[in-house]
Amino acid sequence: MGSFPATRHSVVAGIASANLEIRRVAFDALVSAYWRPVYKYVRIKWRADRDDAADLTQEFFSRAFEKGSLGRFDPARARFRTFLRVCLDGFVANEHKAASRIKRGGGVSFVPLDFAAAEREMGTLPIGSGLTDAALAPSADDDALFRQEWVRALFADAVTALRESCAATGKLAQFEVFQRYDLDNGDDARPTYAQLGTELGIPTTQVTNHLAFARRELRRFVLERLRNVCATDDEFRLEARELLGMEPG
Amino acid sequence: MSGLSDAAIRRLRDAADAPDLSGTKYEIIERVGQGGMGTVYRARDRELARDVALKVIRLPEMSHDVASRMLREARTLAQLEHPGIVPVHDVGTLGDGRAFYAMKLVRGSPLDALPASPLIERLAIVERICEAVAFAHAHGVIHRDLKPQNVMVGPFGEVLVMDWGVAKLTAAPKSLGVDAAVVVADGISPTTGHGVVLGTPGYMAPEQATGDHHLIDARADVYAIGGILRDLVRCTGDHTDTPDSGKSARAPSRPLQAIIDRAMAAQPEHRYADVMALSRDVAALRAGEPVTAYRETVFERVRRFAVRHSTPILLVLAYLIMRVAFLAIVGR
Repeated sequence: MGSFPATRHSVVAGIASANLEIRRVAFDALVSAYWRPVYKYVRIKWRADRDDAADLTQEFFSRAFEKGSLGRFDPARARFRTFLRVCLDGFVANEHKAASRIKRGGGVSFVPLDFAAAEREMGTLPIGSGLTDAALAPSADDDALFRQEWVRALFADAVTALRESCAATGKLAQFEVFQRYDLDNGDDARPTYAQLGTELGIPTTQVTNHLAFARRELRRFVLERLRNVCATDDEFRLEARELLGMEPG
Repeated sequence: MSGLSDAAIRRLRDAADAPDLSGTKYEIIERVGQGGMGTVYRARDRELARDVALKVIRLPEMSHDVASRMLREARTLAQLEHPGIVPVHDVGTLGDGRAFYAMKLVRGSPLDALPASPLIERLAIVERICEAVAFAHAHGVIHRDLKPQNVMVGPFGEVLVMDWGVAKLTAAPKSLGVDAAVVVADGISPTTGHGVVLGTPGYMAPEQATGDHHLIDARADVYAIGGILRDLVRCTGDHTDTPDSGKSARAPSRPLQAIIDRAMAAQPEHRYADVMALSRDVAALRAGEPVTAYRETVFERVRRFAVRHSTPILLVLAYLIMRVAFLAIVGR
């Protein structure tokens, strides 16, 4: 098994393309990968209410597409994720100053953004209420906050892809083992392979095999998505090493 | 996909990096640590119904060189059968191509997480470390990365030296039962490339820090054990640094400081010639005897003698006082 998927042009390269269609496709992929962390970051760091955060998120990507600002990314200076977060901070700060939000969200539209779902994902908050002051307190480390939400979105997307892939190829049993062992338990103790095998009516060796398959596929989906949003091989390797090779911070 | 909790993210990150154990007798229970080149898991050996520590090379590090080093570590450990060195049970390659080896699961604490304890107990730990390392030296293996994190103290007081991943094989690998030709054919060099620095600052001998690996011999490990001793002195739970001293643990006695200084001398020729010489001095200090690293003054020698033989001296003194008192009373 190779360590990394083969190198190919990422969406980061695509958003700087002179070809409008390539740029459009790349932006769709970029928005898919980043809209959740952007929305949550605006909610928490900038203490925006839901409507404002949704407007700012859409407007940020629309402006970036129209002006090509994200295409000016220089991989020698920072990771793309950091660059995007700094651009976002600059954009929101300017918006606050200009207070010209009437045209937000106009012009360009990308993939549908389910802000209500993003709101539900924001954890322990009761639906329909605003965020508490504590939850909204700006983080001491903005990059860490943005990264945390980016990682969450990346894995959520990869798990969705894994489930769809398993469903399409008749491997839902593998996904079920993965879900029971790696996804469902939170901080609770995991069942043993034997317990899981008994529960699902399969031998322990089958549990091991199913889990190995699902984890391998999950890794592939995570790395594919990671590769898409990294500008260079070096950045990709660095992100992969931090994401999968170390204890979460 | 609905929002994932932080706990779920942690699990998924582990899962994405989890080794492929299909076709093996192991199942992962939890990730317990991360070494220089591999991740260590607590795993269940289903056949023998026991938990083991499974060290698996990390995927991003899956280069031939790192895999070779891990294989070499397993082979080295497998040949070093000593109660102070963690035994290897199994070695192999997983379905995903990653090298792994299974070893005894050591339950206990690394030295740097050890609860405060009297220095005399810590000196005994240093002696156990010396014994294990001396055994390895006798078999042509220099650890090169001894530090508190790489020494485990088990629940029964057993002391185990861990993480032999950067060990250096000296000129006699046959004594390990590992044929040099096979070693080279496997891409495992008995030496490390010039200029490559292996070790940990604070415990790494000066000659090791330069990357001049041909200069490294057993005295590099003497230096590192000196560093461990220095740390242990700072973390004692009492205020007595030797049985014959009432000084504070924060200010080690002169003999103890002299042992540390000799072990950590900048020049290898100024250190103890080998770890057993260091061990003998530590044992002597523990027993209240003179140490080779420190020349006592007459006053210190008398004082040490008095403290060491305090009971008979007190008995003789008491007898003499009573005798004098008796004679004084009778003479009136």
